[in-house]
Amino acid sequence: MKNYWKLIYNGIVPGNPVFVLLLGMCATLGTTSSAMNGLMMGVATAAVLICSNAVISAIKNLVPDKVRIPAYIVVIASFVTALQLVISAYMPALNASLGIFIPLIVVNCILLGRAEAFAGKNPVIDSVCDGLGCGIGFTFALTLLGGVREILGTGKIFGSEIFPEDYGMLIFVLAPGAFLALGYLIAIVNRIRKTSC
Amino acid sequence: MLTYLSIIITAIFINNIVFAQFLGICPFLGVSKKTSSALGMGAAVTFVITLATVVAWLLQYYVLDPLELGYLQTIVFILVIAFLVQMLEIVMKKIAPALYQSLGVFLPLITTNCAVLGVAILVIQKGFNLMESVTYGFATSLGFTLALWIFAGIREQLDLTAVPRGMKGVPIALVCAGILAMAFMGFSGIKIG
Repeated sequence: MKNYWKLIYNGIVPGNPVFVLLLGMCATLGTTSSAMNGLMMGVATAAVLICSNAVISAIKNLVPDKVRIPAYIVVIASFVTALQLVISAYMPALNASLGIFIPLIVVNCILLGRAEAFAGKNPVIDSVCDGLGCGIGFTFALTLLGGVREILGTGKIFGSEIFPEDYGMLIFVLAPGAFLALGYLIAIVNRIRKTSC
Repeated sequence: MLTYLSIIITAIFINNIVFAQFLGICPFLGVSKKTSSALGMGAAVTFVITLATVVAWLLQYYVLDPLELGYLQTIVFILVIAFLVQMLEIVMKKIAPALYQSLGVFLPLITTNCAVLGVAILVIQKGFNLMESVTYGFATSLGFTLALWIFAGIREQLDLTAVPRGMKGVPIALVCAGILAMAFMGFSGIKIG
C-alpha cells in the first residue's frame, strides 16, 4: 500500500510535470487565463492520462516493440476523442473556452512520456497510481498558474472578487502574462526545491 | 489576393502561433539555444506543417465528411502526421542525405509538436478552402520559424549575461518570451482589407 502512495506523491511534488519536468507547456500556457479553466483542463488531462496509462499497461505484452509508439498514440487519441464528445455534449461552455486545446491533449508530452517511461513497463495498478499522481500534479500546477493570472489580471479568484477589477493588470490575462507568470512560478519553485534538499 | 495577404500577415505577426496561440511551445523552449539549430527546426516544421495541412484537408473533405466520420478527426490526423514524419524521414535519407543529417535529430520530435496537429484542426475549424489552408499552414510555420529564430538569438545573448541564480535557465527564458509576446502584441492593431 505504501508503494502506491509513493507513486502518487512522486507525480505531485518531486516529479511535477509542469514545474520540474517542464512537460505539457502548450496546454499549461494556453488554458490558464483563469483558475477555473486551468482546473478543468487539468482534470480533463488527468482523466485521459489515468485511462491511457491503465490500457497501455494492460496491452504492453500484446504490442510488438517496433510499433509501440503508434499503438500508444492510438490509445491516447481514442480516449481524447471520447472525452471531446462528452465535453461537447454536456459542457458546451467549457468546450468553447478550452477550444482547440481539448483535441491537442493527444500531443501533450506528458501522456506519451508517462506511457513510454512508466506504463509500458509496469503493472496496471501501479500505472493507474502513476497517472493519478501526474494528473494531480498537472492539475495543481495549472490551477495555481490560472489562479495567479486571474488574481493579478482581474482581481478575482474562481470568479469571486478579491479587489476591484480596475486595479487588475490586464496583461496577465493576455498572452504575455502567461509566459511571465509561469517563468516566475518556476523560479520560485526552483528556489524552494534548492533550499529544501 | 487580399485574402491571402491578410492570412499571411495575420498568421506571421498578428496571431503568431507561439506568442498568441501557445502552440509549439515545447520545441520553442527546447531547440532554441542556438540560431543554427533553430533555423533547422523551423525548416523541418515548415515542411511538415504545410504537407500535413494539405493531407488533413483532403482527408477531412473527401473521406471523413462523406462517410460522416467527423468524430474520428483527432485519431486520423495524428496518425497522418506520424506517418508523414516517418515517410519524410525515409525519403530524405535516400534523396537528400546532407539535409537529413542536419535535420535528423529534429524530425522525430515533430510528431508531438502540437503546432502541426493544431494547424490541421484550425484550418478545418476556420472553414478555409484548400488554397487558403496551404497559405495559412505555410505562413503559420514561417511565424513559428521567426519566433524560434528571434528567441534563439536572445538566448545566445542570455548565456553571456549574469542572471540571478534562481532565474537561470527556463525561468528567464520564459520571462524573455513574455516580453517578446508583448512586442508581438503591438502588431494586433494592424487591419488588412
